Amino acid sequence: MSAARRPRTPQLVIGGLALAIALAPLLLGSFSVSLLNDIGIGSLVALGLVLLTGVGGATSFGQAAFVGIAAYATAWLTTTQGLSPWLGLLFALLLTGVSALLIGMLTLRLGGHFLPLSTIAWGLSIAMLFGNVEALGRHNGLSNVPALTLGSWSLADPRAIYYLIWVIVGLAFLFSHNLLRSRPGRAIRSLRGGATLLASVGADAYRVRLSLFVTAALFAAFAGWLYAHMNRFVSPSPFDVRASIEYLLMAVAGGLGQLVGALVGAAVVLMLKNGLQDVLPMLTKNAGQLEAVAFAALFILLLHFARGGLMGFVRRWAPGLLAPAVPDAAPSAVPPLPRRQLPTPGTPILSVQGAVKRFGGLVAVNEVSFDVNAGEIVGLIGPNGAGKSTMFNLLTCTAAMTAGRVQFLGRDITGLPQREVARLGLARTFQHVKLRPQMSLLDNVALGAHARTRAGLLKAGLGLDAAEERQIFQEAQRQLARIGLADRAFELAGSLPLGTQRILEIARALAADPVLLVLDEPAAGLRRKEKQALGELLRKLRDEGVTILIVEHDMDFVMKLVDRLVVMNFGAKLVEGAPAAVRADARVQAAYLGGTA
Amino acid sequence: MTWDVALILGIDGLANGAVYLLAGLGLVLIFSVTRVVFVPFGDIAAFAALTLAAFETGRVPPTIAMVGALAVVAVAVEVTSLSRRGEFARIPKAVLQWGALPAVPCLLAWLAAQPGVPAAVQVAVSVLLVVPLAPLLARIVFQPIADASVLVLLIVSLALHFLLSGLGLLFFGPEGSRTQPLATGTLMLGEGFPVSGQIILMVASAIVLSGLFFLVFERTVVGKALRATAVNRVGARLVGIRPARTALLAYGCASLLAGLIGVLIAPVTTMYYDSGFIIGLKAFVAAIIGGLVSYPMTALGALAVGVVESFASFWSGALKDVIVFSLLIPVLMLRSFLSAHAEEDEEEVDQ
Repeated sequence: MSAARRPRTPQLVIGGLALAIALAPLLLGSFSVSLLNDIGIGSLVALGLVLLTGVGGATSFGQAAFVGIAAYATAWLTTTQGLSPWLGLLFALLLTGVSALLIGMLTLRLGGHFLPLSTIAWGLSIAMLFGNVEALGRHNGLSNVPALTLGSWSLADPRAIYYLIWVIVGLAFLFSHNLLRSRPGRAIRSLRGGATLLASVGADAYRVRLSLFVTAALFAAFAGWLYAHMNRFVSPSPFDVRASIEYLLMAVAGGLGQLVGALVGAAVVLMLKNGLQDVLPMLTKNAGQLEAVAFAALFILLLHFARGGLMGFVRRWAPGLLAPAVPDAAPSAVPPLPRRQLPTPGTPILSVQGAVKRFGGLVAVNEVSFDVNAGEIVGLIGPNGAGKSTMFNLLTCTAAMTAGRVQFLGRDITGLPQREVARLGLARTFQHVKLRPQMSLLDNVALGAHARTRAGLLKAGLGLDAAEERQIFQEAQRQLARIGLADRAFELAGSLPLGTQRILEIARALAADPVLLVLDEPAAGLRRKEKQALGELLRKLRDEGVTILIVEHDMDFVMKLVDRLVVMNFGAKLVEGAPAAVRADARVQAAYLGGTA
Repeated sequence: MTWDVALILGIDGLANGAVYLLAGLGLVLIFSVTRVVFVPFGDIAAFAALTLAAFETGRVPPTIAMVGALAVVAVAVEVTSLSRRGEFARIPKAVLQWGALPAVPCLLAWLAAQPGVPAAVQVAVSVLLVVPLAPLLARIVFQPIADASVLVLLIVSLALHFLLSGLGLLFFGPEGSRTQPLATGTLMLGEGFPVSGQIILMVASAIVLSGLFFLVFERTVVGKALRATAVNRVGARLVGIRPARTALLAYGCASLLAGLIGVLIAPVTTMYYDSGFIIGLKAFVAAIIGGLVSYPMTALGALAVGVVESFASFWSGALKDVIVFSLLIPVLMLRSFLSAHAEEDEEEVDQ
């Protein structure tokens, strides 16, 4: 498909949607405008959940509580203190942000189910607090919240506040869209790949998740502020766990995989709710209860049969509509990212001294010492169970040592977190490939440059990181070209065969501009041709000054490639030396073939 | 606060703790075997209490209709899935298992609602009647998505709670009820500290049941099958344990525990259709203290929750639940400190 004939459908759809939203109040009755206002506010909260749950893989059953904190904050400040609602916005954002930060710091380090479970508890607690604090009007809430004003223009009328709501919704979507395509966004999209993956590119999964959690809470805070000044009244019940579930239902119904899902989901859920409120009273006198039952049943059915939500169907039927844009032409050249000073060849850069690792009674690595010098390829080999992988984890600081030291570039890195070691210039690949299958090759490699660049969440969301982004993508493209995948940059990493995925991991590691590249069984699962290509690539890298430590099973591959070998057996170092010498060594032959030494 | 008050509050807390202990055991049992955080646990306890209240006022408990309706849905789900796989020969057995088996307690309950049935029988039937609830819900809601992530299961579980509490309101109405004490009389503890028979019964049941629980898990093949499934589903399947069946067993046991909790607390607390949620959540606090895996730690946690709640209600009745939930803060801090290096699982919702 030529660049000129590329369909512009996404832009058309967004433009049409914006136009429809702008014209809606002129054409619709005031009831429909109020419904659209509710949808806008709901979609803000749901957007936060799409980011948090759909992209980041964490979830919150207390999102309505954040809406509540913001709504009560601005209601309290404007009614009892008589201050401007715009100061109320600042206060609401501040209070919600700080609450989210504290709650996040407490729960986000915990894996799996602890986070969502504790969100139920604080979601309940906060709603209960609202109902029991005298200053917040207990169960009666706070009334007479002032309407917003812009200069002398009052936004008391639903048609007036409509535009403010939808401008904020539009900006929130733009912010999220920018964010996901940026440096912090790539880290967020990699969260579900696990903390080790992020640490390997020098990012801290906990901090990434915390910033995401606070962002989602701030979206909820905007919603709460708008809610308070639109309804002019706050009370505890719209902020309880039931409301949180409804927001989550919106996000799931629309589709957690797409930002637009938040808008679609909020519209579907709120319109359905309205419809049910009209229809059910005709059928039964227990309409209220039946509505709750119907919603819960609908939610369960959704999770059974359509976890992708409505946008999941759109993605299946019209994949082109949601596919990421492929740039028409190659971007113009920009100054490259600054590079590290590589050490002079021959100087020792990595030095392992007396490494010991015990798992209970088992000694997996016992008193192993060796050096790696700049500009060489060193192989770490040994039969099954020799402790190679454990050694690998120790020297990359993925696992803690029981005893011993590791020095990297003259610095003692024993006990440092893995991400710090990665930032010093030690890049690694994984034995079980850790790529993000739903991200393009280019994005996967760009993730590798995380530690070399700076743009934060706010800068990225506001779109102020364009210059740095161009540098990152130029670098990523360069690394893709280095491994021979330049022409497939926009394909999804998940579509590659395993062997190519391993090589792509090397490109990601190279994007970090490493001093030392540590490869964990890169030849496993590769065909003969692919192995040859990998060998050539590694030799080329050595010639360019990159030092390589390779943990490998495939003797033939290693023997032809490396300058020096370290052989391990039963957790201890057996021999160290040139390939030919090692091959001739009787102890090595005995270890591999089981003969008597 | 004087020592007298502290002692009274302490005894009260012990009784609360006994309830949370039983609930916590049920929650940990279900979670460890199926990875489902079973939020509707408390609802089932509330339904048992309301069933007993219906018996005492001479009404036929609406729970019969609820169990019956769920059984019909379960039969439909089972028959559909069997015919989709072409296993028509197994349909009669499935109808018996999912339709006829839950009908037995329904029939008993209908008989027990006739005038002149002794109270003890009604109590037993109330417990029996809610036992099919959790397995039926599990068959309809959780079994089709047994391999989904913990997160998806949790969302479903929470939605299921709202479904059940809506149904509870439809079936039982908004009125609260309190039942006759199961044990009368008081025990004088030292000088002038009366402890009601009901509280002694609650604490004693918790001790006896958790003892039984321990024996079943340690000494019987069934208990070992449950433990094996908890440790590794695939591994359990390889040695001939069917995870779906052990899961149902776990749900059945938990449902039984929930029923017992319901009839134990109904005489001391006014129960509404939605009172179960808070009871279940407090048991979660206990279960989280036990990391959702350890039974002894859950037991300790349950006692702590019970005592904290009883003292908190002395200081501020309105905020006692907030205070209990804030117990989570130090627990989570400790857990987060201890598990700083744990690699978390991937959680994918939309795939």
